[in-house]
Amino acid sequence: MSDAALSVHGLWKVFGPKAGSIIGTPDADLPRPELLARTGCVAAVKDVSFDVAPGEVFVVMGLSGSGKSTLVRCLTRLIEPSAGSIEIDGDDVVTMSDSRLRELRRTHVSMVFQHFGLLPHRQVIDNVAYGLEVRGEPKSKRLARSQEMVDLVGLSGNEHSYPDQLSGGMQQRVGLARALAADPSVMLFDEPFSALDPLIRRDMQNEVIRLHDEVGKSMVFVTHDLAEALKLGDRILIMRDGAVVQVGTPAEVVARPADDYVRDFVSDVPRSHVLTLRYVMREPGPDDSTEGPVMSSDTVVRQAARAALASEHVVRVVDDGELVGIVDDDAILRVVVAEEEATPA
Amino acid sequence: MNRHHPQALLGCAALTAVAALTGCGSDIEDNDTAAGASDCGTVDMAINPWVGYESNAHVVGRVAETELGCTMNYVDLDEQTSWKGFGDGDVDVIIENWGHEDLVKKYVEGEGTAELAGLTGYEGIIGWYVPPWMAEEYPDITNWENLNKYADLFETPESDGQGQLLDGDPGYVTYDEALVKNLDLDYKVVVGGSETALIEAFRSAQENKTPLLAYFYEPQWFFNEMDLVRVNLPTYKPGCDADPQEVDCDYPVYDLNKVVAADFAESGSPAYDLVTNFQWTAEDQNTVSEMISEQGMDPDEAADQWIADNQDTVDQWLAAG
Amino acid sequence: MTTVAVRDSGVPTSGVLAALRRRGKLWLLALTVLAWVAVWAATRGTSTQEIGGATLTDAHQWFRGRAAWVEDAASAGTNPVFGLANGIADLLNGLIAFLQRLFTVPEFPRPYPEIGWLGVIAMAAWVTYAVAGWRSVLLVVPSFLAFGFLGYWEDSLDLLIITLVSVFIAVVIGIPLGVAMAHSKIVSAILTPVLDVMQTMPSFIYLLPLTIVFGIGSAAATIVTLIYALPPVVRITAHGIRSVSPSTLEATRSLGQSGWQRLRNVELPMSKRTVIVGINQTMMAALSMATIAAFIDSPGLGQPVLEGLRRGQLGASAVAGLAIVIMAIMLDRTTTAASIRAERAARAGRDDRRRRRLVLTGTGVLTLAAIGVSHNQVWANPFPSSPDLGSPIAAGVDRFADWLRTDLSGLTTAIQEAFTVWFLNPVQDLVANSPWFVTAAALLAVAAIAGGRRALASTAVCLAGIYFLDLWYNAMVTLTSVFTATAVTMVVGVALGVWMGRSGLADRAIRPVLDAAQTIPPFVYLVPILILFGPNRFTAIVAGVIYAVPPATKLIADGIRGVAPATVEAAESAGTSRLQMITKVQIPMARGALLVAGNQGLLYVLSMVVIGGMVGAGALGFDIVTGFRQTSMIGRGLAAGVAIVLLGIMLDRITTHAANQSASTNPTTATHRRRRPLTGGIA
Repeated sequence: MSDAALSVHGLWKVFGPKAGSIIGTPDADLPRPELLARTGCVAAVKDVSFDVAPGEVFVVMGLSGSGKSTLVRCLTRLIEPSAGSIEIDGDDVVTMSDSRLRELRRTHVSMVFQHFGLLPHRQVIDNVAYGLEVRGEPKSKRLARSQEMVDLVGLSGNEHSYPDQLSGGMQQRVGLARALAADPSVMLFDEPFSALDPLIRRDMQNEVIRLHDEVGKSMVFVTHDLAEALKLGDRILIMRDGAVVQVGTPAEVVARPADDYVRDFVSDVPRSHVLTLRYVMREPGPDDSTEGPVMSSDTVVRQAARAALASEHVVRVVDDGELVGIVDDDAILRVVVAEEEATPA
Repeated sequence: MNRHHPQALLGCAALTAVAALTGCGSDIEDNDTAAGASDCGTVDMAINPWVGYESNAHVVGRVAETELGCTMNYVDLDEQTSWKGFGDGDVDVIIENWGHEDLVKKYVEGEGTAELAGLTGYEGIIGWYVPPWMAEEYPDITNWENLNKYADLFETPESDGQGQLLDGDPGYVTYDEALVKNLDLDYKVVVGGSETALIEAFRSAQENKTPLLAYFYEPQWFFNEMDLVRVNLPTYKPGCDADPQEVDCDYPVYDLNKVVAADFAESGSPAYDLVTNFQWTAEDQNTVSEMISEQGMDPDEAADQWIADNQDTVDQWLAAG
Repeated sequence: MTTVAVRDSGVPTSGVLAALRRRGKLWLLALTVLAWVAVWAATRGTSTQEIGGATLTDAHQWFRGRAAWVEDAASAGTNPVFGLANGIADLLNGLIAFLQRLFTVPEFPRPYPEIGWLGVIAMAAWVTYAVAGWRSVLLVVPSFLAFGFLGYWEDSLDLLIITLVSVFIAVVIGIPLGVAMAHSKIVSAILTPVLDVMQTMPSFIYLLPLTIVFGIGSAAATIVTLIYALPPVVRITAHGIRSVSPSTLEATRSLGQSGWQRLRNVELPMSKRTVIVGINQTMMAALSMATIAAFIDSPGLGQPVLEGLRRGQLGASAVAGLAIVIMAIMLDRTTTAASIRAERAARAGRDDRRRRRLVLTGTGVLTLAAIGVSHNQVWANPFPSSPDLGSPIAAGVDRFADWLRTDLSGLTTAIQEAFTVWFLNPVQDLVANSPWFVTAAALLAVAAIAGGRRALASTAVCLAGIYFLDLWYNAMVTLTSVFTATAVTMVVGVALGVWMGRSGLADRAIRPVLDAAQTIPPFVYLVPILILFGPNRFTAIVAGVIYAVPPATKLIADGIRGVAPATVEAAESAGTSRLQMITKVQIPMARGALLVAGNQGLLYVLSMVVIGGMVGAGALGFDIVTGFRQTSMIGRGLAAGVAIVLLGIMLDRITTHAANQSASTNPTTATHRRRRPLTGGIA
C-alpha cells in the first residue's frame, strides 16, 4: 500500500547475544522460554506487518512483555530493529542515515511517552518548544507555535510553570503539546495514560479524540487497556509474545476473536457497546417481515436495541440499498443479556 | 513601585564610594630602604627538620634581609631533597650539613651543582644516649658492652621481646640498624619519627624514671635542659663506616659545614659572602634554638634578639667579605 | 533498554539452605584460622622473610635504578615527556606565584601584596553571594577574619590558592572525563581502575616521583592534590549523567536531537546538582591533600602544622589545624549551598533576576572599591596583628597538652599497652611470624571461602607481587595494623550505625559530627593523638580508626535504615525483643551494607598507613616515608608503595566478592534478582 502513512513489513526485534542469526531459522518459531534456554535470546517482536492509513488511529494492544512498546520504538529506530522494513510517508526508515533519521524525528514523527520524559529544568513553554529548538527554529517562531500548542491542549496560564509543579495529567498534556508542536504526520503514543488516575485517564482519552478530530494525524497508540483500545482505535492489533495475534476493527476483534487468547481478553467487554449489527444478523429469509426498521450493518448493537425491541418487526440490515441481513429481538437480547450475566454487579 | 529604589541607592552609594576612596591616593610607599644597597635578590634557604638548623638559617636570613636587602625564601625540605634542589634551582643554601659524603661526591664532584661553603664553627656529634637518672642508677651502662645486660630494661610492647633503641626522624643520618646487628646487640630499632618525639621521650623517661635508650645528637638546645649521657660505642676509626651495612663503630665527629648551589656562588650575591663567613658556636645556636622551641618565639624574632645581643659577631661576618 | 538480563534461574535456593551455607562458611573460616594457629605454633619465627630496616635487595635496587633514570632524564631535559612536564610545572608555578603576589607575597620594592585583607574579604564575600547566596556570606566573612585573627592570614590564602587552582583544573579535566565515562563503556572500563588506584594509593608514594619530575614546591603540590582530588568529580559526574531519567532521554531523542544537544540541553542541566556535589567532594579531597603537600614545601597551612610537629609546639600546630578545619567547613558549606542555589536561581522569575543583577553590580562596584582601597591603604592591606586569637589558643592547647602528658600519661599509656600486648601483638605474631607460605596459604583460603574463585585469583596475584618485592614481613605487619584498625572501626561503626539507624534522634545528633570529621584533613588530628599515645603502632591505628569510622558508620546506618519497614513491622508483631530485632532482623538484613562498610573501612585505614609510618607505626608506611626522605632508600620506598597498592587491591577484591556472594545467597536479595523480569527490555 503506497498510500499508507506508515507501513511495516516483516519486522523483527531480537535481544540477545546472537540476535541476528536467529531470524529465519526454526529457532525463531520456538516459544520464548525455550528460545531463551537454547540461544540466550529473546524475540521481542516477531515478524510483525501492518499498514496505517492516513488519519487512522491504529492501536497496538497486548499485555506487558508482549513486545508492543518495543514495536513502537522500532518505528523511529529508538530501538534498532533486527529485520524487516518500515516506511513512513513512503520513506524507508530502516536504511536511513543518522542525519535523515534525525530529520524524520524532527519533522515527520513525534512520540508521547508513558513517563512523559519532560525536562525538569525547563518551563512548560520551553519543554513544548524543545523539538522546534533542536531543529533550529528561530526563537520567536518557536515560542509562538508553542504557545498555540499550549492553548490547544488546555494548558493556558501554565506556560511558565515547571513540570514538577503540575499534576500527572497536566504533565502529559505538555508531552502531547510537545509532540504536536512539530506538526508531524504520524504520532506515536506509548501507553501515554497508564500512569494516570482513571478519571484523568478518561479526560485524556477524550482529549486525544478531540485532537484527532481537530488535527487529523495518523496515530499509532500502544496500550494494555482493552477499553482504551476499543474506545480510540479505528483498528486494533493484538500482540502476544512478540507476534501478531489479530488485526481488526474493535467489533471484529470482539465478535470474532482469532483464538482463545483474544477470546479470553475480550470476554469482559460490554459487547453491546462494541458489536455492530453485522455480527449479530442472520441471512434474510423469505418469511421475514419487511416492515421493521432499517439500519446499516455498522450500527452498534446498543444503539439499535431500543428501536429494535420497540418494533414488533425484525430489523432489516441494509447496506447501500441492499438487504444484507436480519436482526431479530433474540439476537439483540443474546448480546445484551449475556452481558448482564457476565457482569453480575 | 518603589521596589527599585534601594538598588538605585546602592548603585549610587557604590559609585560615590569608589570615587571617594580611589581619589584618596595611596599611603603605601615603596620599600626602598635597602634598595640602594642591594642587588641581592632572593635567597632560597633550605630548612632541614631540626631546630638547631632553623636557628642558623634564620640568623643568617635576618642579617641578609636587614643588612643586605635580600629577600629570604625558606624551603622546608629533608636533607637529601635539599641537595637535589641545588640542581633544580629550588635551593641556594644548606646552612648546616652533616657529612653526607655520598651527596658531596654526587653533587659537588659529580654534577657540579653544589659547592662547599666553609665550616659552621662547631662539631656535630651523633650517638646513643640515656637519661641522667639511668647513668646514675646503672653507671656501667655507658659502655656498649654492657648494653645486652640491660636489654630487658628497655623492652617495650613495640620492641618484640628485645630492648628498644628509639630513633628519630626517618630522614636523619643513621646506621643504628647495622650497628645493632654487627655488635650483636639484643635490641630492636624503633623509629619515633621526629626530633620532638625524641625530646618528649627523654623528658618523660627522666620524669617517670623509666628506661630509655635513644639516638640523639649535639649541638642540641635540649642539653641546656637535661644532661643526657652518651653511651660509648667502639671508637670510630676512619673507614670503619665505609660500608653502611658493615658499620661496627661509633659515629664520626662531624665538622658541620655549609653548602651552596654553584649558581648561587657565581651570582656575586652579597648573601654568598655572608653564608661563607657565617660561623658561630654551639652555645650560640642553642640560645636561639631554645628561644624558638621552648619560648615559642617566632624564629625571626629569636634571630633578631640574638643579633641585637651579638652585633660584633655579625659585623665580623659582614666585614670579612 | 537494550540489554536483557539473562540469568540462569537455577534451582530455587530456599532460605534455610542459604543460611546453612552461610553458617558453613563461617565454620570453614574458623577452621582455617584454627589450622593456621596450629601450624604457626609449630613453625613460628621461621621463613618470615623479615629483612632489616635498611636492607636493600635486588628488587629494591631495580626500583632505585628506574628512579635514577627518571631523575637523569628529567634533569637532562631532552626527553619530550619531561620537557612537557617542565612546561606544565613552569605554567603552574607561574600561575601560583602570580596569585601569591596578588594576595600573599609582596614583590619588591612594594612592601605589601597587591591586594590586602579588605579586598580579599570583599572578593570572597561577593563571589560567595554570587554562587551560594547571602547566607553563606555570613559564614565566609567570619571564616576569613578567623584566618587572620588566628595569625595565619597568608598561610590560609596560600592553602586556598593551591586548593582552588587544583580544584579548577580537576573540574576542567574531570567533567569531560565523567561525561565520557557515562557515555562509553570502554572509557569507563579503562578509567575505573585508574581512579581506584588514584584514590587508594597513599600520596606519599607519588609525592617523591612527582618532585623528581615537577620539582619541589607549588607545581608538584598542585599535581599531587590534583591526582587525589580528581576521582570524585569524575565519578560523581559520570554517576549524575548516568542517572538522568531514561524516559526524558528517550523522549528528547524521539524529537531528533543531536548528541551535542542531548549533552547540553538534557544531561548537563539535569545532573547539575550531582556534579556540584562531585565538585564539593573534590574540593574536600583537595584541601586535605594540599595540606599534606607541605611535605614537598607546598605553601599553605600545612607548613605551620608540620613545623609545630617538628618543634614540638603543639599549640601552634593546633591553631593552624583549627584554621584548616574552619576552611574545610567554609568550603564544604558554601559548595553545598551553591548546589541548592543553582536550582533556585534557575527558577527565579524575571523580576528576581533583574534585582539580583542590580545587587550584584552594586556590590561588585563596592568590592572593586575595597580592592582599590586595600591596594592603596596600609590599614586595609596587611591583616592587623591584633586582636591575636592564635597565641592564647596555642598557649591553652600547650597547657592542656602538658596536662595530658603529665597527669593522663599513665592512663593513655596503659590503654596503648593493653591494646598492643593483648590484641595487636598476638595478631601480628600470627600474621607476620608464621612462615610466609603458611600465611599466604591461610590468606588464600580465606579469600577462596569468603570471596570465591575470583577473589582467590586476585589474592594469589597480589601476594605473589608482595613476595617478589621482598617486603613480605613488613607487608604482613602493615596488614595486621589494617586488620586490627578495621576491626575496631567496625565495632565502633556497628554500634553507632545501629543506634543511628534505629533512632532518628541519634542520627540527627551524630551525623553532623561524622560529616565534620570527614571534612577535617587527617593530618590535623594526628597531633593530639600523638600527644596522647606517643609514636607507635597504636597511634597510627587510632588515626586510621578516626579516619575510617565516619564513612563506615554512615553506610551501616543507611543499611539499617534501609531494612524494609514491613519486615520490621512483621517481626515486631511476632513479639521480637529489641535485641532480637537488632541481631536477628536488622543486622542480617543489612549485611550487604556491613560488608560494603568493611570494604570502605579497610581502604580508608590502608590509606592512613603511610601517615602512620611517620608516627612510629613502622612497616610499609615507614619504608615509604624513609624512601621519600633518604635518596639511598628510594628503591625500597617505591617497592613499598607498590606493595601497599597490592594490599589494597587484594583487600578490596576479597571484600567486594564476599559482598557479592553474600548478596546471592541472601534469600531476600536472591528472590529480588530472580524476580527481575527476563523481558525487562521489552514491555
